[in-house]
Amino acid sequence: MKIGVIRFPGTNCDRDVARAIELVGLEAEYVWWSRDDLTDYDGVVIPGGFSYGDYLRAGAMASITPVIDGIKALVKEEKPVLGICNGAQILGEIGLVPGVFITNENPKFNCEWVDLKVSNTRTPFTKDFKKGQTVKIPIAHAEGRFYTEDIDLLKDQDQIVLQFKDRNPNGSMEAITSVCDESGLVCAMMPHPERACEEILGSTDGLNFFKGFL
Amino acid sequence: MLFDIEVKISLKSGMLNPEATTIERSLDLLGYEVKNTKTVEIIKFQMEGEDREVIRENVVDMCERLLCNPVIHNYKINVIPQNMACGK
Repeated sequence: MKIGVIRFPGTNCDRDVARAIELVGLEAEYVWWSRDDLTDYDGVVIPGGFSYGDYLRAGAMASITPVIDGIKALVKEEKPVLGICNGAQILGEIGLVPGVFITNENPKFNCEWVDLKVSNTRTPFTKDFKKGQTVKIPIAHAEGRFYTEDIDLLKDQDQIVLQFKDRNPNGSMEAITSVCDESGLVCAMMPHPERACEEILGSTDGLNFFKGFL
Repeated sequence: MLFDIEVKISLKSGMLNPEATTIERSLDLLGYEVKNTKTVEIIKFQMEGEDREVIRENVVDMCERLLCNPVIHNYKINVIPQNMACGK
């Protein structure tokens, strides 16, 4: 199985993500933003970074590139899509997941390990966790505060995937830091699972997210 | 005809604006008492065209598709023919 790792100018977690994909026994291939046909891939990851320097808004410029058409086509084929950090912001911008990730309540760049509650195990990326389980994964963002106009709809449709546990480091609505689309196949998360895939990094809780492509 | 375009982008009312809050707090450090601080982003550019309304429709389209995120933003558009900009 081959997983596409999308690259924009300013993406910087692409190699970490490719390594995490390889750690779970899958093939990773980098995909440049100008490519609009992704039919070769069994799923894609939009990694973190600062695509187009976060100009205008985080993810705004990336949202109108040809590769987005490819990602939308892949979603129609029911292939899994994972957006991490800047990738999550991009998924919000293009409306594949509800809500947006905007400037933190305390507008500093927040880089730290956090405990997360798995609120939903129906996505491929969280299917190997138990509902309510605590996982340890780092965050690294200044624009990660989740906001949506209709929080009740999100709850009714079971689209909340991860929530900060015990404390809310960026002021996200209901401490939400990951949401999915209605199907669960498209998942946007601010924490970086690729940074929690080896014991030497301090946690292996991130591996299950990449096993979601298996 | 050349038109000067100005797009003013602001957060919808009631939205938390951490940048504005920080500015207000810093002004307070300098001894200024201000309230209701807001920040607005202004994007300016020029467009060639004949019809002001057609230009405006184009700019609305730009706002909806790229310049703003309708979930969090309001926007105001000014389309000014260049020969009016200097008061003629």
